[in-house]
Amino acid sequence: MGIKSDIRLIDDNGLRIDGRLPNQLRPIKMEVGVLERADGSAYIEWGGNKIITAVYGPREAYPKHVQEAEKAIVRARYSMAPFSVDERKRPGPDRRAVELSKVISEALESVIFVEKYPRTSIDVYIEVLQADAGTRVAGITVASLALADAGIPMRDLIVGCAAGKIDGVVVLDLNKEEDNFGEADVPMAILPRTKEIALLQMDGDMSYDELKTAMDMAMEAAQTIYKMQIEALKKKYTEVV
Amino acid sequence: MSNSKFTAGVIPEMMKNYINRLASKGTRVDGRGFDEIRALKITKGYVKRAEGSALVELGKTKVLAGVKVEIGTPFPDTPNMGILTTNAELAPLASPTFEPGPPGEEAIELARVVDRGIREGHAIDLEKLVIEEGEKVWIIFVDIHVLDYDGNLFDAAGYGALAALIDAIVPASRYELGDDYKLPVQHYPVPVTFAKIGNWIVADPNLDEESIASARLTVTTNEEGHINAMQKGLSGTFTYEEVQKVINMSMDIGAKVREIILGDSDGKEN
Repeated sequence: MGIKSDIRLIDDNGLRIDGRLPNQLRPIKMEVGVLERADGSAYIEWGGNKIITAVYGPREAYPKHVQEAEKAIVRARYSMAPFSVDERKRPGPDRRAVELSKVISEALESVIFVEKYPRTSIDVYIEVLQADAGTRVAGITVASLALADAGIPMRDLIVGCAAGKIDGVVVLDLNKEEDNFGEADVPMAILPRTKEIALLQMDGDMSYDELKTAMDMAMEAAQTIYKMQIEALKKKYTEVV
Repeated sequence: MSNSKFTAGVIPEMMKNYINRLASKGTRVDGRGFDEIRALKITKGYVKRAEGSALVELGKTKVLAGVKVEIGTPFPDTPNMGILTTNAELAPLASPTFEPGPPGEEAIELARVVDRGIREGHAIDLEKLVIEEGEKVWIIFVDIHVLDYDGNLFDAAGYGALAALIDAIVPASRYELGDDYKLPVQHYPVPVTFAKIGNWIVADPNLDEESIASARLTVTTNEEGHINAMQKGLSGTFTYEEVQKVINMSMDIGAKVREIILGDSDGKEN
């Protein structure tokens, strides 16, 4: 956020640098069941983001001391490939990845019936292959498909979506330039059926009204993305002969 | 995560029922109202060797924040800005559940949420910390030392960081760059954290409340009533209405906390 520049992110016609309207999502494509070995898997292309996700489990949790007697633990690992960004990222989790893995794990746990699988772990591996801002919300969206693909009982799918502020205007789904030079970003994860909020972060500078508008935008878009998720799931299971 | 160090002290089911029963009557274990924070005491200038410091006592939670200022090279993409870096230590003396070793995910999240608040809230004018553009800038190290963990480290650490920055000087004379001067603090972002217990939402949760909370939300607001940072945690959820309510409460409570942080307490009791 907030690198100062003369770059105009919204033109005279009110369009963004990639030609989108303020409340328009980037193109999204999802596919379920893309990996052979994983219990569940899914792939997403969201704007310039390419993210692949695998789910393993529920399986006996190791090391043993992390086991919980009354429920499964959900361990998401968010990871960026070294070549996924302009400047090579050193392999292994940095502090950002550690934080994102934590909040994503917590968000995913909110929909999973963890009490059905005591002493196990449900491991969710989120690999960002190509990054273009909004990777955590795209990662949650696709992780939720991989969990469904693994047959893990959930009370809802979960949809990630972000909104933010660029050039003083509240917009949906920031791309990389908008994220770098914009004024605020609000990543959210929403349970589309009940509209509960499972992940909420924000950084930048927004008035109360702007933040409210951003949240409204993201919550509305979540319903659109939810429909795409359902389509992607149906597609896999209707193709089986 | 579920086996978090923050919740590892298993709280008896009785306590959970007790807290819930009190909540239904509109009160809390320590007698506070839902929107009431614990007694807050801030002692600036606690560590004389540091360029700035503050001891924060939020109820029985104790956090010491220190600022050290050194010279270094700027990041290539921001040649005309000083550098801010925030770190948090969950010292093992602060809780039986804290272990020595490199920072775990709790410490990292804590440091990053505090950092986000002061960075995005533009607490410090980093452009005023350039000595030689592209070559030499001041680096501000904010280190948070947790001394006694009785709940709500996010707020105690956030208050400590801001108070220590307000207390801090830039040690120019040490490097023969003229007289020392006050660190240019221009905004005062203040975090307020809420916990959801059952269907109730309480401000500044203590350890017992934190360990039975289903969800947590920290909102950092500044003196202009703008929101600079938010962080939701734990595996429970909030409704849209709950989030709006929390943001509003955070602004009200934040305004009172800001006065205490700005209060004059240069190494003396206040």
